[in-house]
Amino acid sequence: MHHHLILRVVTKMLVGAIILFAFYVQFHGDFSPGGGFQAGVIMAVAFILYGIVFGLNKAEQVFPSWLVHKLVALGVLIYAGTGVASMLLGYNYLDYGAFNPQHPSHGQHWGILAVELGVGVTVTGVMVAIYYAFANRPPPMKDEDW
Amino acid sequence: MSAADPHYVAKTFMDHLPILQVVIPLISAPLIIFIGNRKLAWIIAMIASAAAFVIACLMLAQVKDGSFISYHIGGWAPPLGIEYRIDALSAFVLMLISGIATIVLPYAYTSVKSEIPKRLHTLFYALFLLCLTGLLGMVATGDAFNVFVFLEISSLSTYVLVAMGAGKDTRALTAAYDYLIMGTIGATFFVIGLGLLYMTTGTLNIADLADRIANQGANRTVQAAFTFIVVGMGLKAAMYPLHHWLPNAYTYAPSAVTTFLGATATKAAIYVLLRFMFSVFSPGFHFEDWTLYLIFIPFSLLAMFAASFVAVFQTNLKRMLAFSSIAQIGYMLLGIAMLNATGLSASIVHLVNHGMTKAALFMGVGAMVLYSGSAFFDNLNGLGRKMPFTGAAMVAAGLSLIGVPGTAGFISKWVLVQAAFENGWWIIAIAIMLSSLLAVIYVWRMFEVLYLTAPAEDCTATDPPLPMLIPMLILAFACIWFGFDTELTLGSARVAAEGLLAGSAGMAH
Repeated sequence: MHHHLILRVVTKMLVGAIILFAFYVQFHGDFSPGGGFQAGVIMAVAFILYGIVFGLNKAEQVFPSWLVHKLVALGVLIYAGTGVASMLLGYNYLDYGAFNPQHPSHGQHWGILAVELGVGVTVTGVMVAIYYAFANRPPPMKDEDW
Repeated sequence: MSAADPHYVAKTFMDHLPILQVVIPLISAPLIIFIGNRKLAWIIAMIASAAAFVIACLMLAQVKDGSFISYHIGGWAPPLGIEYRIDALSAFVLMLISGIATIVLPYAYTSVKSEIPKRLHTLFYALFLLCLTGLLGMVATGDAFNVFVFLEISSLSTYVLVAMGAGKDTRALTAAYDYLIMGTIGATFFVIGLGLLYMTTGTLNIADLADRIANQGANRTVQAAFTFIVVGMGLKAAMYPLHHWLPNAYTYAPSAVTTFLGATATKAAIYVLLRFMFSVFSPGFHFEDWTLYLIFIPFSLLAMFAASFVAVFQTNLKRMLAFSSIAQIGYMLLGIAMLNATGLSASIVHLVNHGMTKAALFMGVGAMVLYSGSAFFDNLNGLGRKMPFTGAAMVAAGLSLIGVPGTAGFISKWVLVQAAFENGWWIIAIAIMLSSLLAVIYVWRMFEVLYLTAPAEDCTATDPPLPMLIPMLILAFACIWFGFDTELTLGSARVAAEGLLAGSAGMAH
């Protein structure tokens, strides 16, 4: 594992920045282009890049596949749970006005943030899960045979 | 009601029924994955589908008088917001789908253990609930694009559920792949149709679509949309020439999945077809009348005869029942094409009657496969004698499939024949009876294998454990019960049919 030195160094530098950018896109989704889906994909890219450069085993040490699967489910739960929360407050399902009855537009703000977080978590999980699923397939030929 | 309304009145539990119907299974599915415990998975799935069933019954009681419930998601009023709309037809179909799910789950507990690898059990129950969510959502929603979203939720989970049969027979993988391709084409056609409708009307709310189409009349775009939607949904409903995916998918899927899909999946597609033919487009349009008379009638007659004929020559019991399902869908489409209230109620009541009948039969086959390992007739010799209760349930359901008086199947065929006479189509009435004779032949073949052949010398088969046996007996009993007491089934179906024929007039806000 001493080849591709430049790739490895650059990757290590980039992974943090990519994750930071993912959070930016996530939480600025309601002001600027972006939102849960885009943020989730960018977040997943960080792990996929790490996996491509350092190998699948290293990536699975950082982000084990059981955790990936839980995240996929957790995101949906956050989204649907937001709806249930508004329902328990006596409003319609996903009526974000429930979170701030005096200023419904502020309530909308909170609601959107929560829902987008759910989307982001699930998309991250799904993207990484797809990468793991494909990368885990036994290779049709060994690396040395190329 | 807008959130800013100062006179806001908090909603009660009963007001939320339409959304709870869909949200309870939707939340339970990821919950199962999140908890990741095999035993809890089954319990959660069971509670969720039982709750869905109770909700469907509560809603049917509310709308049985022909009224409807409208629920505004996020507090946004339709046609801008997404609306869930429950009327007699949707409540009736919701009850069928959630009821079958509730009754299949106890059966699935044992059946899944023997047919699906252990590590996939939690995933199985999560997918089962997602499929249920999709089917319920397709029926509950009053928004055309929402129908597509839920259609995809149910279809995608169905493909995986079918593929889970690969543990026993790897042909399940090709069956699932076939279904994936055909189902995706169907869904694509459907969404192209929706796109055309949106282009020409600028709305996606079903009630609003109906108003606007009625105002602008039948232009090319509307006609093209209609064609795309009918072909797309026809694919999902296994309408005769588009049925190719069905036999393999039903044959190689795990027994519990076949039971659930056979009784619900095509039925939900037929519901959507009904919704679009009567609530969005209305039969007054010439293109729709021609479609019904020139395409639906010939193809449903073909389905009734050709599919039954093919069923007679099958060597695998599950496959035989799958072909019989295609024939039965022919009856439902024929009822729609009659374009009168009696024909429509025949179709709607047949959705439920056939659902129960096929579920009982597929459960019986599943119980026998538990011992024989396969559903080929050669492996099932004499099993009816070795498994008396399973055999009895299959006989009752078999009679209902033929349409013997005193069974649920008779009621739907009787009403269908009545509808044919109402239109003066006596040739079609005779065709319905003749095709029932083909059903006699293939059901007789089943009886012959189960009872009139000698079981293998070393056959140790006995009736399956109670969790499998009781659901089967309940369904078989229902096949007979609803042959005598038609108040619930035919009564609701008539209200639903009248609601449909009232068309968009009954849907105004």
